[in-house]
Amino acid sequence: MGPLVPYLISNEFNLMIALLAGIGFGFVLEQAGFSSTKKLAGLFYGYDFTVLKVFFTAGVTAMIGVILFAHWGILDLSLIYINPTFLWSALLGGAIMGLGFIIGGFCPGTSICAAAIGKLDGVAFVFGSALGIVAFAESFPLFENIYLAENWGPLLINEELGLSKPFFALLLTAVALAAFYLTHLIENKVTRRPTEVTPKKRINYALAGVLGFFLIGIVGFTPSKEEIVEQRVSSPKRHASYVFNEVTSDQLAFEIANNFHQINIIDVRSPAEFEAYHLPLAINIPAEEIMDRKWQKIFQQRIKSNYFYADTDSLAKKAYLLSNYAGRSSNFLLKDSPENFRKLYTNLTPPQANASKEVTNTYQYRKKLAQDMDKLVEAMSNLNKPVEIKTVAAKGGC
Amino acid sequence: MKAKPYMNPYLAGFLLGLVLLTTIYITGRGLGASGGVKSVVLTLISDVAPTHTANTPYLANYAETHPGGPLKDWLFFEIVGVLIGAFLSGVISNRMGLKLERGPRITNRTRIVAAIIGGFLFGLGSQLGRGCTSGAALSGMGVMSLGGIITMLAIFGTGYFFAYFFRKLWL
Repeated sequence: MGPLVPYLISNEFNLMIALLAGIGFGFVLEQAGFSSTKKLAGLFYGYDFTVLKVFFTAGVTAMIGVILFAHWGILDLSLIYINPTFLWSALLGGAIMGLGFIIGGFCPGTSICAAAIGKLDGVAFVFGSALGIVAFAESFPLFENIYLAENWGPLLINEELGLSKPFFALLLTAVALAAFYLTHLIENKVTRRPTEVTPKKRINYALAGVLGFFLIGIVGFTPSKEEIVEQRVSSPKRHASYVFNEVTSDQLAFEIANNFHQINIIDVRSPAEFEAYHLPLAINIPAEEIMDRKWQKIFQQRIKSNYFYADTDSLAKKAYLLSNYAGRSSNFLLKDSPENFRKLYTNLTPPQANASKEVTNTYQYRKKLAQDMDKLVEAMSNLNKPVEIKTVAAKGGC
Repeated sequence: MKAKPYMNPYLAGFLLGLVLLTTIYITGRGLGASGGVKSVVLTLISDVAPTHTANTPYLANYAETHPGGPLKDWLFFEIVGVLIGAFLSGVISNRMGLKLERGPRITNRTRIVAAIIGGFLFGLGSQLGRGCTSGAALSGMGVMSLGGIITMLAIFGTGYFFAYFFRKLWL
């Protein structure tokens, strides 16, 4: 699941990714004609709308891709960078950039492309932008207030408008297509040279538009990966038909007392319930967090077995099934509730003297396990504490 | 040899969108440009004038939060890539060569001065607006960021607003 940095790709190798992304970026910008200042200025005087066409198509393509990836569960949107909204600095900064655009005829990315193919005005623009950045750094106190004012955080435009992601994507795509058609008409009028769009191109454009809407439709109308998984792991039918590896309290207690280093005891209830009582050496992973990245290691390793438990059978089973989606660790399910476990292994009352041998044996067995588990809990709780070294002052003199 | 025609804008836009999408998928962040230039010049300043850097909170803060300089900076590597990619594209399409493009009614000198002034404004504005057309507007649109889209509207809106006053530079 993306983003791959820093989980699958290290931060160092990420710099190589940056180089490759840049090569793709620069190549496409230059191929599109963004290295020519005349093409860029054309946007503002109506004779060439290439910039709008490229820019809008790229934005819409990336946007549809992002929501589609998120829908299919291959990109975690909570981890990607969302530009924060600082209202006044965005507006004023944007206005200054707009003025720079119409005077200089480039933006930073395009000026670098222009410089790369030997355009001297591109080099001049890059030089100017370096000066501008220095000027901002040097006079930062002057801008500081407006730079930090109205910090609204990383807001999403669809949420601010009260729209779902696919609906906003639909609107923006429709706006883009309308803009393409309108600018085509304006271009023809300003240049007085109607460009003919061949029938073949028309079909291609129409297909591309339909494909865009189709992909948005997938996001809007089909259940997402998350919903499908949720539905599958909570289905009572599946809980009944799936063969779970079940263990009793006694079996689990034996494992804890004797093989604690080979198992994870996972409490999938809420943190509050976990605090109130949990099994010896248990860790708390609430069921809804099982798919989170932070627990990945527990579910993807194959060295330790995972033992799940919860107050209700259905919650424990849901967690068990969910962990199958998170990884391929070997799983077990505690049949009893933690309350039952507690009754069996705390405050053991010795049987009466005339009790049968079986009862006495069971008592002895459980008592031994309970003691072992207590010792382990005690030992493990000291594991993370710093070791204090007693200081002894030197004694001298005579 | 004659320069080859430019790519169909929609095809180019689609490819650019794929580059952006791949970048977001792999790294979790979008593309950018001005930040790479920033990393070079600010590190240069702190190397050349360490005392001045220490006395200027903004520079000191930047030097502290970006200890590796450009060689540890994602955007620096990215703009080096942009240079390479644009160069390759220029070579393939026969567009290489020292040239100066300008409107028909201005001199070369005016064009250079205008490019420097425009660059200056863009550099300054990109710092205030936390990103330029690539980092704020394009990448912001890809992830539906409100701030990115506000910046985009401000850039192009102002461009259109002032276009009339600077028409002599271009028409």
